[in-house]
Amino acid sequence: MFNRASVALGLAFLYGPIVLLVIYSFNASRLVTVWAGFSTRWYGALAQDQQMLDAIWVTLRVGLISASLATVLGTLAAVGLVRSGRFPGRTLFGGMIYAPLVLPEVILGLSLLLLYVALDLPRGFWTLTLSHATVTLCYATVVIQARLASFDISLEEAARDLGCTPLGAFLAVTLPGIAPAVAAAWMLAFTLSLDDLVIASFTSGPGATTLPMRLYSQVRLGVNPEINAVSTLLIALVAVGVTAAWLIQRPRRTGP
Amino acid sequence: MTDPAPPLVRFEGVCKRFGETVAVDGVSLDIAKGEFFALLGPSGCGKTSLMRMLAGFEAPDTGRILLDGIDIAGLPPHLRPVHMMFQSYALFPHLNVARNIAFGLRRQRMPQAAIASRVEEMLALVRLEGLGGRRPDQLSGGQKQRVALARAIAPKPSILLLDEPMAALDRKLREETQLELMALQRRLGMTFMIVTHDQDEAMVVADRMAVMRAGRIEQVGAPREIYDHPANAYVAGFIGETNLLSEGDRWRAVRPEAMTLSTRPQEGARAGTIAEIAYFGDRTRYVVAAQNARLVVSRANVGAPLALSVGDAVWVSHAADAGALVSP
Repeated sequence: MFNRASVALGLAFLYGPIVLLVIYSFNASRLVTVWAGFSTRWYGALAQDQQMLDAIWVTLRVGLISASLATVLGTLAAVGLVRSGRFPGRTLFGGMIYAPLVLPEVILGLSLLLLYVALDLPRGFWTLTLSHATVTLCYATVVIQARLASFDISLEEAARDLGCTPLGAFLAVTLPGIAPAVAAAWMLAFTLSLDDLVIASFTSGPGATTLPMRLYSQVRLGVNPEINAVSTLLIALVAVGVTAAWLIQRPRRTGP
Repeated sequence: MTDPAPPLVRFEGVCKRFGETVAVDGVSLDIAKGEFFALLGPSGCGKTSLMRMLAGFEAPDTGRILLDGIDIAGLPPHLRPVHMMFQSYALFPHLNVARNIAFGLRRQRMPQAAIASRVEEMLALVRLEGLGGRRPDQLSGGQKQRVALARAIAPKPSILLLDEPMAALDRKLREETQLELMALQRRLGMTFMIVTHDQDEAMVVADRMAVMRAGRIEQVGAPREIYDHPANAYVAGFIGETNLLSEGDRWRAVRPEAMTLSTRPQEGARAGTIAEIAYFGDRTRYVVAAQNARLVVSRANVGAPLALSVGDAVWVSHAADAGALVSP
C-alpha cells in the first residue's frame, strides 16, 4: 500500500505539471488558467500561426540532420573505442567522449559560440545543426558502444574469413547486429535536439529559431493557450521518440 | 623413387608473441593435401594462434607460412582460400540457414542459380534438408554446428580449419560427430586441420597429429605412432595414460593396458597394494601403490573377474620390451 502510494506521489510530482499543461491545451478560454470547456481551437490557431510553424519546421530539420550526423560519428567513435583494443590515449579518448554528458550545457553552448565567432561563421541553421550533433554525439556513442561491446567479434571474423573486407564485414554482419542500438541512438539524439533550448540560444541565429526558442520568447511576453497546444505536440513527439528508442533497443526474447 | 608430393601447407620457423607471452615458438610443420591433421595441446599451448595465423587473423613475427608453395604473408583473411569453422560457430543471427551457407559463395560472385544448388547440396551433405529457411536461434546445438560446417565447406576451401568444433556438444553427440566428420572429410577429399585439447578426439579423427606444448611441437605423427612411441615423457603423459618407470637414466613409458596384475608374487614384478579401483564396464582401472611409484593398470573385463579390493597385496609386471624408452 505504502509502495503504491509513494509511486503515485512520485509520478504526480513528475507528471502533474505536464498533465495540467496538456489539459489546458484543450481549454476553450483565452485565459490560460481558467477552464471554460473543451475545445481544440488553440490547435486550429496554431495551424494559422506561420511563425510557430516555421519554428516547428526548423526544429524538425535540425533534429533530422543533427541526429543522423551524431549517429554516424557516434558509431565510428564506438567502433574505435570497442574494437581498436589498446591504443595510446584510449582511456583519455573514452573519457573525453563522455565529458559532454556532464558538462553544463551553458558552457558547451558558450564554447561553441566562441568557436563560430573565432571562425567567423555566421550563426544560423548550420551552426545550430552542427552544435546539436556535437552535443548528442556522446549520447549516441554511449548507446552504440554498449551494444558493440557485447557483439561477438568472431561473427565479424567469420565474415572476413568468408571473403569480406574489414569494411564489408562491418556492413554485412556487425551493422545489422547493432542496428537496434544505432536506431535507438538516432531517436535519442533526435529527441535531445528537439527539446534543446540552451545550446540553440547560443549557436542559432536569425532565421533559425527553433520551437523551444520561440516558446521561451513568447512565454516571456505572457502565456497564451496556443503555447499549451504546441507544447503538448512537442511532448507527444518526444514521448514517441523515447518510446521508440526503448522499444527498438529492448532485449528481444530469443527463439527455442 | 618419385618425389613426395609437396605439402599443401608448410609452417617454416613460425614465431608469434603477444606482448611478453610467446604463443608460438619456432614451429615448422608440413600438412599434406587431403590429410586430416590435428593440432593437439592444452589451452595456451599456441595451437589456436597457429591456426589463426593460417587463417590470416594474426601475422607471424618471424618465419613463413606457405600454401601450395606460395608465401601467404601478404594475403588478408578474405583473400585466402582457407576457411575456418569457429568454436562459437559464429552463425550470422540475422540471416537464415541458407543465407548463412551462401555467404561465402556470394562473396565469390557465383551466379544466383549456382549458389542455390550449392546451398541445397550442402544442406543435404550435413543432413539439414528443408531447414534452409530456419534462423540460427531456431536450431539445436548440433544443427548449428552442422550449419557452421556447411558454411565453411561451401566455397570449397583448399583447407578447412576447425577450431575446437565439438567443444560445445555433449559427449554422445560429440562421438557421433567425430565419426561423421571423418566420413565427410574422406568423401570430400578436402584437407582438414582441427585444433583440439581433447586427445581422444584427435586420436579418433586425425590421420596425423602434432602434440604441442608451450608454443613448440613436441611430436608429429600418426596417432598410433605417437601412442606407441611417444617422443618424451610429456607426450606419453598427455596422450592417454602412462606409467613412467625409471630404467637407467631414462624412462620406460608403459601403457596401463600393457601392465599385468597378479595376486601372487612373480619374478621381476613390483609389489604393491591396490589404492583405487574404477569400473568402466569394458575395463577396470586399478591404481597400485608400489614402492615409490603409483602404477596404473587397465584390465579388460573379459573372462573371470579378479576378486580384488582396495588394500589387497598385488604384483605388477610388464614385458621387458613393453612401451617405449623416453627421455624425461
